[in-house]
Amino acid sequence: MLDTQAASGEDGYITPDGRKIGGVAMEMRNITLRFGGVVAIKDISFDIRWGEIRAIIGPNGAGKSSMLNVISGFYHPQEGEVIYKGFRRPKMRPYQVARTGIARTFQNIALFEGMSVLDNIMTGRLHHMKANLFQQALWWGKASREEDENRAQVEKIIDFLEIQHIRKTPVARLPYGLKKRVELARALAAEPSILLLDEPMAGMNVEEKEDMCRFILDVNDEFGTTTVLIEHDMGVVMDLSDRVVVMDYGKKIGDGTPDDVRNDEEVIKAYLGVAHE
Amino acid sequence: MPDTLLFAMEATLNGLTAGVMYALVALGFVLIFKASGIFNFAQGVMALFAALTLVGLQSGQIPFSHLINAAFGTRVHHFGWNMPTFLAIPATVLVMIGLAVLVERFILKHLVNQEPIILFMATIGLAYFLEGVGDIMWGAEVKALDVGLPKGMSDTVDTLTYNWFGYGFYIDRLELWAAGIAAILVASLTVFSQYTKQGRALRAVADDHQAALSVGISLRFIWVLTWSIAGIVALVAGIMWGSKSGVQFSLSLIALKALPVLILGGFTSIPGAIVGGLIIGVGEKLFDFFMSPIIGGATENWFAYMLALVFLLFRPQGLFGERIIERV
Amino acid sequence: MLYREAGDFKTSYVADSQTFPIKFDRVGYYVLLGFAFLVMPLIINDYWANSIVVPFLIYTIAALGLNILIGYCGQLSLGTGAFMAVGAYGSYKLMTAFPELNIVFVIIIAGFITAGVGVLFGLPSLRIKGFYLAVATLAAQFFLIWLFTRTAWFYNYSPTGMISAPQREVFGFAVTGPRASAVSMYMICLCFLVISAWLARNLTRGSLGRQWMAIRDMDIAAEIIGVNPLMAKLTAFAVSSFFIGISGALLFAVYLGAAEAGEAFGIDKSFLVLFMVIIGGLGSIFGAFAGAFFLIVGPVLLKLLLVNGLGWPTDLAAHLEIMIIGALILVFLILEPHGIAALWRTIKEKLRLWPFPY
Repeated sequence: MLDTQAASGEDGYITPDGRKIGGVAMEMRNITLRFGGVVAIKDISFDIRWGEIRAIIGPNGAGKSSMLNVISGFYHPQEGEVIYKGFRRPKMRPYQVARTGIARTFQNIALFEGMSVLDNIMTGRLHHMKANLFQQALWWGKASREEDENRAQVEKIIDFLEIQHIRKTPVARLPYGLKKRVELARALAAEPSILLLDEPMAGMNVEEKEDMCRFILDVNDEFGTTTVLIEHDMGVVMDLSDRVVVMDYGKKIGDGTPDDVRNDEEVIKAYLGVAHE
Repeated sequence: MPDTLLFAMEATLNGLTAGVMYALVALGFVLIFKASGIFNFAQGVMALFAALTLVGLQSGQIPFSHLINAAFGTRVHHFGWNMPTFLAIPATVLVMIGLAVLVERFILKHLVNQEPIILFMATIGLAYFLEGVGDIMWGAEVKALDVGLPKGMSDTVDTLTYNWFGYGFYIDRLELWAAGIAAILVASLTVFSQYTKQGRALRAVADDHQAALSVGISLRFIWVLTWSIAGIVALVAGIMWGSKSGVQFSLSLIALKALPVLILGGFTSIPGAIVGGLIIGVGEKLFDFFMSPIIGGATENWFAYMLALVFLLFRPQGLFGERIIERV
Repeated sequence: MLYREAGDFKTSYVADSQTFPIKFDRVGYYVLLGFAFLVMPLIINDYWANSIVVPFLIYTIAALGLNILIGYCGQLSLGTGAFMAVGAYGSYKLMTAFPELNIVFVIIIAGFITAGVGVLFGLPSLRIKGFYLAVATLAAQFFLIWLFTRTAWFYNYSPTGMISAPQREVFGFAVTGPRASAVSMYMICLCFLVISAWLARNLTRGSLGRQWMAIRDMDIAAEIIGVNPLMAKLTAFAVSSFFIGISGALLFAVYLGAAEAGEAFGIDKSFLVLFMVIIGGLGSIFGAFAGAFFLIVGPVLLKLLLVNGLGWPTDLAAHLEIMIIGALILVFLILEPHGIAALWRTIKEKLRLWPFPY
């Protein structure tokens, strides 16, 4: 069932630096998520447009990560709906959501520690590989062909993120910053429509942060990937993102361009720690 | 009253007493799992080892005599004295504490922070090792164990039920005793963990290793403590099972029976271990009673596991376990 | 100096992802294969075949299977013995029901039957993990063995309750039954092993293998990346059980000749194969070979030393063997959780630099 309103929506906007942002890619409508008695997200609505870098910010425990988990299908909200590419998304398992073109990274790196960097990134391309069990067992036809084609794609991403030298290294041996980069590579390998980044710069030093910023911008530039990111570093968020959603205690308290948000009274209150109630 | 019902009631009673035995073994599992997150597959072999040691000490056997004889061509067997039970039991307790210290020193210390599955496999290795050591130390032949517990049919139950139903139930006195001892054991463990300093430390460790470490609780001491307690529980279980059917290799297989008990009761709940044990005990006796004529006997071999399997599909956290919330 | 990779450059992804990327390994592998197929048949005799070589080949297939489940997919199973029994009884029923069917197909079909049973008992893996799953597989172990010993149909109502393999031939050579020669037994097991290892290698290096490893390393993340956990786990159970079924069929039909479920396929078999996988190396094809070799040859050597050499009683030697195996498991888990395969890798890394380590 086509949701006409979302599909036809306004035709996007032009960013200050001149990039053209498209129509609505995904719309969250009145999302409410509860764990038992605890309300993690309370009646939140916002949209994500094609090609933009959308940030979700807020103090600890505001429900940002829960929101990302709702988008990637790991949590199922009790109320509200997710409109994706113009259709209301039915209740899906996370792996099904991944196949609709949503890839993500995790707050606490979730790489497969027992595998090499190359194999980790190759897992990102799972849904581009269709060979069945028997073809794979005999390493015949589709199986070996797909392996090489996808390897070529993965190598492009490896070049792009400048991690050629650690290609065959077991992930467990890598330092933190590189792990984060490999995780980004794995998400990119899926060629996602929407890329979700959960605190991509947490725990990094200034240099690593700069690198990561550059990669996120380059990815958006090069592939036009729509990106949703959660980040604590306000400087980074304000520089990177086109529009920002501000959350506090599970509620949305602000939504707009970095400049709008910066001057919003309620946002300032939440960040300066004015006592609640 | 119809005969079938009477027989079923007798089977239920027998199941309850058998269930107490399962619960006793399961108790040892729960203790170690709570304190260290280790699923100790060797618990059954520990019961066997404890019972073997007890018999060996009682009869004054020379440890490793077979090995010594084979290596040096000697013919030593016994010291020539018998140790009375009231000395042999504390001596065995000391051996089990020694074992706990060794396990901590040579195994646990080196496996800190490993995945649970690796630890589990390590305890399978420990089970094999201990089984081999037990056999070499005391010999592998079936031994009778007698610590002076009464055996045979309980006349009281027989007369009582005869007067009520006109049919006397057969209950082994040993199993009644086992039930009583298990109750005392559980009560004293509860008192220990609730009202003593070590008990509190134990519960703290069970709750959160890191936090316990940070307030100055020695993890290594706690491990030795829990493995010692588990060793003592194993000894009690070993005495019960050993008195019932002799001390032999099959005793270590009761560990396998305790697994489904834990699935039912949850890995962290002492009441769960007891209720789970009773359910399994009664369930398998009744199932065998009703189903044997139809599908053939010896269903006890697998009934408990199948019950656990079905149960797992509907309630993976057990009867009393906490619900698992997954996070990323 | 001989063992090195410097100057060995790859110019295509195919060359880069081959099984033996280093030339020396590749040559060594072909030499070994040539020896196994051309030289061994000439020198093998009944003693070697029965005490070491044939059991080694058969158990390696089982270890390959279990390693796929535990080492690659991270699902612990204690039901190996029962799954081997499914292969054995499956092949027995097929051999007696279709006497014309070639034994090779019998064994392969037995493998597929076992795969089906494996999937059935693998279903709970969707909801339960770790040692909870181990209990579910224990249910398979005890239930299946009970079924095979209690249901007369499975052993064709034979009065002894045993199943025994009739004579079957491949290219005119008897491979089962009392008249099978050491060479033909050896050859059929070798062929099955080489093909199994090749299949296992293919499955573990492709996208399916990566799905398994993803589930093993972090199942929640794997699902969010796009791995269907049900499919990944069930294929692992199916493939693993397929190999274990084949090894069970070979063990019964070729090696033992006659078997009884409770005795030949008890829980001790489950542990034996598990130990092979642990000692050999979790998540390694080579590990399956190393583990099986170690646990087949080790006890034979120990027995030769203690019983034949020192004249110790057999039961004492057997107890020592149990003790040593248990201790070895502990030592490996503590010092080298990835087993002999990891030791081997370390040695090779050292060798690459030898004799000039700087």
